[in-house]
Amino acid sequence: MTLYREAIFKLMGDRGLLVEFGDDINPEINEKVRRMNLAIKEKSIDGVIETIPTYRSLLIVYNPLILPLDQLKKKIRNIEKTLQEIRLPEPRLIRIPVLYGGVYGPDLEFVAKFHKITPEEVIHLHCSRSYLIYMIGFIPGFPYMGELPEILNTPRLKTPRLTVPKGSVAIAQRQTGIYPIESPGGWQIIGRTPVELFDSYKEPPSLLQMGDMVQFYPITEIEFKDWIKKRNDESQRGI
Amino acid sequence: MMNHKEAFEVLEPGILTTIQDGGRFGYSQFGVPPSGALDYFSYRVANLLVNNLENEACLETMIMGLKLRSLGDFTIAITGADLTVLLNGEPINMWRTYLLKRGDTIFFKKLHTGCRAYISVSGGLAVPKIMGSYSTYLSGRFGGLEGRSLRRGDILYRFNRSYYLNSLYLKFPENWIPQFNKEVELRVILGPQDDHFTKDGLKTFLSSIYEVTPQSDRMGIRLRGPIIERRPEVEESIISEGLLPGAIQIPGDGNPIIILNEVVTGGYTKIASVIFVDLGKVAQVKPGDSIRFRAVSVEEAHLLLKEQEDCLNSFKMKSTNL
Repeated sequence: MTLYREAIFKLMGDRGLLVEFGDDINPEINEKVRRMNLAIKEKSIDGVIETIPTYRSLLIVYNPLILPLDQLKKKIRNIEKTLQEIRLPEPRLIRIPVLYGGVYGPDLEFVAKFHKITPEEVIHLHCSRSYLIYMIGFIPGFPYMGELPEILNTPRLKTPRLTVPKGSVAIAQRQTGIYPIESPGGWQIIGRTPVELFDSYKEPPSLLQMGDMVQFYPITEIEFKDWIKKRNDESQRGI
Repeated sequence: MMNHKEAFEVLEPGILTTIQDGGRFGYSQFGVPPSGALDYFSYRVANLLVNNLENEACLETMIMGLKLRSLGDFTIAITGADLTVLLNGEPINMWRTYLLKRGDTIFFKKLHTGCRAYISVSGGLAVPKIMGSYSTYLSGRFGGLEGRSLRRGDILYRFNRSYYLNSLYLKFPENWIPQFNKEVELRVILGPQDDHFTKDGLKTFLSSIYEVTPQSDRMGIRLRGPIIERRPEVEESIISEGLLPGAIQIPGDGNPIIILNEVVTGGYTKIASVIFVDLGKVAQVKPGDSIRFRAVSVEEAHLLLKEQEDCLNSFKMKSTNL
């Protein structure tokens, strides 16, 4: 793991400045991304249109007619010097119920065979620790979380699925994630959660946020169906 | 709806018609892409022509087939691709203001040049703002009209606002109207992962002709052409990072994808990005068109952007001084 002594600037076109803090998936590097993101939001710099925080970099979208590139770089360097003073919110721990295996987790058997363990052991390992949300990306509300225990390190599917059902809980390499909406996807699906992760009418729209911690726990099919029923009743009553 | 008036009945939705504005910003950290009009320049001019604020909701339609019936008297403008627009069966000019009467029909008969046209209405189309924007995000199924493209029988509303002047007729200067050709040169800024490719690979990228494939949508334009050589020692994928419209990804098979407005992060290497003023040209290519890339400096790109902004501002000045 390398945490750069000073962030590296790269250009993404004429409106994007990519600020890289390190070269790996690592909590320390990721924390710098979150600090920088928060600092820029709090300063509400004129000419910054959007920031896209990810594992190890922050993409700053700017309007060069309001904020020239060299000025933006200078501002970022100045913020970087005081990054440790930025107060990040306390990470929340969010517990996510998962119905593992069967039609809900079609790759659970494969993952177990791949590592020469039982499906129960895969479930136990997946629930054995809490995971840091490194970023939300790819599709609305999709959390990229890690690290899985080394023994669950599994490659992506050779051919991605055209549709992955909403709520699918999946793993790839040492990351785990949840598909909040139906989408194409190439991760190994081991279960499904009944929890609604994204609602475009809510503020914020995503239940999970970068920097939060997630702990999975197994539920039965009956509990899963109860949860879905309750969710549907609530949405009908407009809660 | 109190401040809304009926604008159109959709007689035929065409190939793909959506409601779009200037984009949805501030929600990338929740995985929400910008969406919005792909040809931002044409979109902005459409709004200016009907004296709207620049960020009002317009229709974006592609290739052919959209047919609308007016449900009131109001002004509209059509910009972007030339899709052979007929008003009550008669051809009309684009890039100018028209006063529609109740019962008038507008029909986009067939594609002539470009790919996407924009239809603005005075006051702007009235749909709820989702996360600060009217734009339709198709794969996320929200924004615009119920998160989807238009269907036959849809009724569209417009805001009944007092600041616009229905009587004002405007024309966008002829020499500023972009021309859309089947052979397009796109100016790019190299990076952020241009160092993942060999010298020969970069040369291939900057000297070859790439063809637009039918596998193109609001997420990206997929191209086909000479394979761009990678440096053997670097991995094909990178740690996922933020993306912007115009970023040119080179996935494992070596065929470039130009990222558009419905993508927020990705883990493929990006050899270069199309500069902002050329994104309109990207929005206007269609399957079979050919693309060449030319590298420019970021300073040059910013000057070009300034020029375009000056042009729009002088048009704004002129139109408000009439």
